[in-house]
Amino acid sequence: MSTSAVVLLAVSIALVWGGLAVSIIVLARRPENDHMPPGGEDTVVPDEV
Amino acid sequence: MAEQPAAPAHTHEKREHWSGQTAFILAAIGSAVGLGNIWRFPGQAYEHGGGAFMIPYLIALVTAGIPILFLEHAIGHRFRGSAPLAMKRVHKHAEGVGWLHVAICFVIGLYYTAIIAWALSYFFFSFNLSYADDPAGFFTGDYLQLGEAGTFSMSFVPQVIIPLVAVWLITIVILALGLHTGVERLNIIGIPVLVATFLVIVVRALFLDGAGDGIEALFTPDFAALSDPQVWIAAYGQIFFSLSLAYGIMITYASYRRRRSNLTAPGLVVAFGNSSFELLAGIGVFATLGFLASQQGVGVGELDGIAGPFLSFVTFPATIAEMPGGAFFGALFFASLVLAGLTSLVSVLQVVSSALQDKLNLKPRTAALLVGGVSAVLSIIGFGTTTGLYLLDTVDQWSNQLGIVAGAITMIAAAVWIGRRGHELERHLAAVSTLRPGKAWLWLVSAVALLLIYMFVEKAVSLAIDGYGGYPTWYVVVFGWGTVLFLALVACLMPLARWRRDIVHFHPWPTREQLNLPADVGERHTEDYDPRSPS
Repeated sequence: MSTSAVVLLAVSIALVWGGLAVSIIVLARRPENDHMPPGGEDTVVPDEV
Repeated sequence: MAEQPAAPAHTHEKREHWSGQTAFILAAIGSAVGLGNIWRFPGQAYEHGGGAFMIPYLIALVTAGIPILFLEHAIGHRFRGSAPLAMKRVHKHAEGVGWLHVAICFVIGLYYTAIIAWALSYFFFSFNLSYADDPAGFFTGDYLQLGEAGTFSMSFVPQVIIPLVAVWLITIVILALGLHTGVERLNIIGIPVLVATFLVIVVRALFLDGAGDGIEALFTPDFAALSDPQVWIAAYGQIFFSLSLAYGIMITYASYRRRRSNLTAPGLVVAFGNSSFELLAGIGVFATLGFLASQQGVGVGELDGIAGPFLSFVTFPATIAEMPGGAFFGALFFASLVLAGLTSLVSVLQVVSSALQDKLNLKPRTAALLVGGVSAVLSIIGFGTTTGLYLLDTVDQWSNQLGIVAGAITMIAAAVWIGRRGHELERHLAAVSTLRPGKAWLWLVSAVALLLIYMFVEKAVSLAIDGYGGYPTWYVVVFGWGTVLFLALVACLMPLARWRRDIVHFHPWPTREQLNLPADVGERHTEDYDPRSPS
């Protein structure tokens, strides 16, 4: 493979798969916002089929 | 710090919910990752600059894909309804935008099922490599029994109809089981299996002779292509169609999230997850094409059928026929297609089902039977015949290239330009999420709409002047422009029907007061909003 193709492949993988990895890490470290306004409780219902 | 205002009574209505954040993320990825990831992205990249395509592709992901994804998540989550209901709550005259989304999903569901049925057939054909001797002749002749282009035949093809009926039955059962038991379980099981299966395929492909040549063909950059506006439009189009944007799917799926849910960070996981699978598919597909080219003693660029249905049902079978262990590899590939297609199909039909549940006050099982039953009959009549491939090609072109783009433009216009909900939606995202999109997000959303208007006009003019695919004018008018007419009629007429469910007693949470906005949507606001220290 040519150098330019290898570089583009590596950069694409780093940005796309790296972006996924960073997104997952960010979400895992802080899954929910701790400063939401009051209210917003849901009425949980089972599947109503 | 002042005490925060309480949410009003009657804020919370009963609604199905995802069991958790992971379930939502997997379902959203399941929707986004579909057949287009496998057969559209590699061809688009190859034809538009190779490796250089990744530059506009990534820019499009950040400037268009993620912003519109956030917009749909915000609309669905704040206004808590199917696409028509959520859009009606955005603006009293915007219900039709939601019905446009529903109509697009209805049409796409009709032919998407046919492609999954073909893949299901090919999964079984793989065990004895029925297609190996003459893949092109087998697909169009033995299997589809393709008739004359530009005609509409009522001559049914049993080997297509049988898997088509099977796919519809599976889909109806999944939808009828409800959100949690049906849709969620399909994705929780299906997406990890799909990724694992595709990883096996890609690893196998990487060790084939000529795989490096294929990957080189995909990633060798042609930077001169970046000065071509069509390359940028292709990149924005790929991101747009790939992420399942403007179908109403993300509005519907976000409406099933609990109110106190993080929206933006999961949205990033969905967006990058979709692109990650797309990149994986691109590497796998071109490694395989490299092998085929080496076996035939030609360059990768000389191969025919490197995108669309012919990639999957002609070129890939040709490759499978040539490789050691082809039967196993072929079965895995077509099982992946079925799984990727099914998780997307269910999301598309959930949009229709959810809208009917809201509008007609139906239970999920009733709506699933109604949507599935009507769709199955139309799908069999249209796509179970000897001319199904031509109809699919035509309907897809108009519903995708015009319908979906129009769905996005009208959604942005209704929510941001006319409905003036932009700041409210931005603050909603900020209030419930761990990452705030910021005001630049709103500018990006509007800029994307302008680009989409250009794309819509350009495509509409091209289709009107040049026609499509060499089909006769009457065929294009009836099945192409007729599809657009159907979408427009649904969007215009359905809002006239009465809502049979109480939609009046609804108050968004967080309230506009909690978001530091005046109660009147049209009133100009001057106060900033800090989600960490609300006034």
